[in-house]
Amino acid sequence: MFSATSQGNFSVDESGYYGEFGGAFIPEMLYPNVEELREKYLSIIAQEAFQKEFYELLRQYVGRPTPLYKAEGLSARYGAKIYLKREDLCHTGAHKINNTIGQILLAKALGKNKIIAETGAGQHGVATATVCALMGMECIVYMGKHDTERQKPNVERMRILGTTVVPVTSGSQTLKDATNEAMRHWISHPVDTHYIIGSVVGPHPYPDMVARFQSVISEEIKVQLLKEEGTENPHKVIACVGGGSNAAGAFYHYLDAPEVELIAVEAAGKGVNSGYSAATTALGKPGILHGSRTLLMQTEDGQVVEPYSISAGLDYPGIGPVHAHLFASGRGKFYAVTDEDAMQAGVMLSRTEGIIPAIETAHAIAVLNQLELSSDEIVVINLSGRGDKDLQTYIDWGKY
Amino acid sequence: MQTLLDNRINRLLADKSQNKLSIYFTAGFPALNDTRTILMALQEAGADMVEIGIPFSDPVADGPTIQASNQKALENGMTLRLLFEQLEGIREGVDMPLILMGYLNPVVQFGMEAFCKEAARVGIDGLIIPDLPLAEYERQYKGLFESYGLKFICLITPQTSEARIRQIDALSDSFIYMVSSAATTGAKQGVSNEQIQYFERVNAMNLRNPKVVGFGISDADSFRTVGQYAEGAIIGSAFIRMLESSTSLKADILRFIQSIKVNSSNL
Repeated sequence: MFSATSQGNFSVDESGYYGEFGGAFIPEMLYPNVEELREKYLSIIAQEAFQKEFYELLRQYVGRPTPLYKAEGLSARYGAKIYLKREDLCHTGAHKINNTIGQILLAKALGKNKIIAETGAGQHGVATATVCALMGMECIVYMGKHDTERQKPNVERMRILGTTVVPVTSGSQTLKDATNEAMRHWISHPVDTHYIIGSVVGPHPYPDMVARFQSVISEEIKVQLLKEEGTENPHKVIACVGGGSNAAGAFYHYLDAPEVELIAVEAAGKGVNSGYSAATTALGKPGILHGSRTLLMQTEDGQVVEPYSISAGLDYPGIGPVHAHLFASGRGKFYAVTDEDAMQAGVMLSRTEGIIPAIETAHAIAVLNQLELSSDEIVVINLSGRGDKDLQTYIDWGKY
Repeated sequence: MQTLLDNRINRLLADKSQNKLSIYFTAGFPALNDTRTILMALQEAGADMVEIGIPFSDPVADGPTIQASNQKALENGMTLRLLFEQLEGIREGVDMPLILMGYLNPVVQFGMEAFCKEAARVGIDGLIIPDLPLAEYERQYKGLFESYGLKFICLITPQTSEARIRQIDALSDSFIYMVSSAATTGAKQGVSNEQIQYFERVNAMNLRNPKVVGFGISDADSFRTVGQYAEGAIIGSAFIRMLESSTSLKADILRFIQSIKVNSSNL
């Protein structure tokens, strides 16, 4: 349940900072919009009517609560009690819709009737297009041209849903450029448009707002685990991190429970030091992009570096400021998984549990190979998305 | 308020006799080492003030023309360090006010204090950093900028509230950069009635700082029109487009500046 105040060591402070990360580094053109959000988001989402509609849609439309599934085959293989939080069973196939439901209701409350979004793999784009169709709002999704080519089915899903997909040809034609373009659109349409950011990135209050909407994941885990294991707290929670929205949701209610180890898995691509990687905490330095101060992959001159991962949902050059803070403070443990290890883990999970994961999620599964687990350890992995959208990537990889 | 005319920007804008023309260009574009050539040509052609753009990989407030010039400049190998080398001794031939305009990240990676020190050393008068918000400026950098004699120039837009415009006016002591419409750079052509209403609304506030209008000013016509409501205007994208197709920078810059200044004063 949302509260109107933030508390705890890992929550955002009044100026929008998590430790030294966060803030709202936006051009003056966006100030009125972001300021309006900042002033109103907590009071809007704390309203009873808002919460009722949010949770009702999550239940009836998204299909929540998603199961917390005890993966016996995986548990036997790794010698621990491994649970999978089945966000892949959400409507549209990933956790992304938790956030878009929340933000579309917020947009309505703010009196906005047009929606824009950025998308990388297309999951957030589809989740945004879906709620816009549901609410009868006009929707434009910016997507790097390179991504529209490698995620064609998601482009067509958005179009079927009535959304205009704009291929972005500036810069490197991927997620960061799609985000730039969405911001430019917002600069040019400040009055009637709400920008639904898809991850815990962007200027304050976006990282906090998105984390709150995704926090339903750990809210459910606590209830479900108590029933299964007699305790709300697992020993470890594992999630993959691109911008970090599924991880933020899975970690949220455990942030101030130090006995719960928080494990974030980044994409190593072809290897952390190969020059083709998206492992931001390993390769990044503090910097400013898309409105927040965070860890950022960049050159010595402060130009943003284009990351690489086989997974289109993890190749973002930054990371949500909350995760930068978890990393810097040591509260979160960050690992990196290569393309190859992730793909193998995706096939392994498919054959062990009958679940084909999204390639993003396969990174979180693969990290099990890097951990030392004991038989009485309870591990929850956030199974953030399903692999339907990635079939072509699995086929091109071919080793199954 | 320091009405001391301690800075080239203040001195330029204290003279109200004529609408002032400020030009933006991206350092390192069209070729890596064109910076000095362009500055000298602008001085000779009679430009009143110049914004030198520090290229960035992700210029979110800029439209396609300036984005492309940023990208090209980076491909050419432009860096902030190199820009300061190019500006070494520039004050021997150039006395127009010079402003550095760039996004925050490259500046922060250079080091804010080192940046100010270098800027002051080569003779820069002011800074425009669009993604450095007012609150962070006040909290972290105001004292630093002032200690190096660098004016921090803030933007206002048609959506900026009156209270915030007053706050910006109180914090500024050079000019207010009046963004002409809700748009990125280079987007709109001509000046609409809606924009004129916005200029009149801001004029009626009797701000203590002069105003210079930017975004969407591209020719003698739009320059002259906005000049009725402000002390000057900034032309960026149209100048970049000219540079892009130029075969002789010096002659083309002279022609460009004259076409705006001559035509606007004759009309």
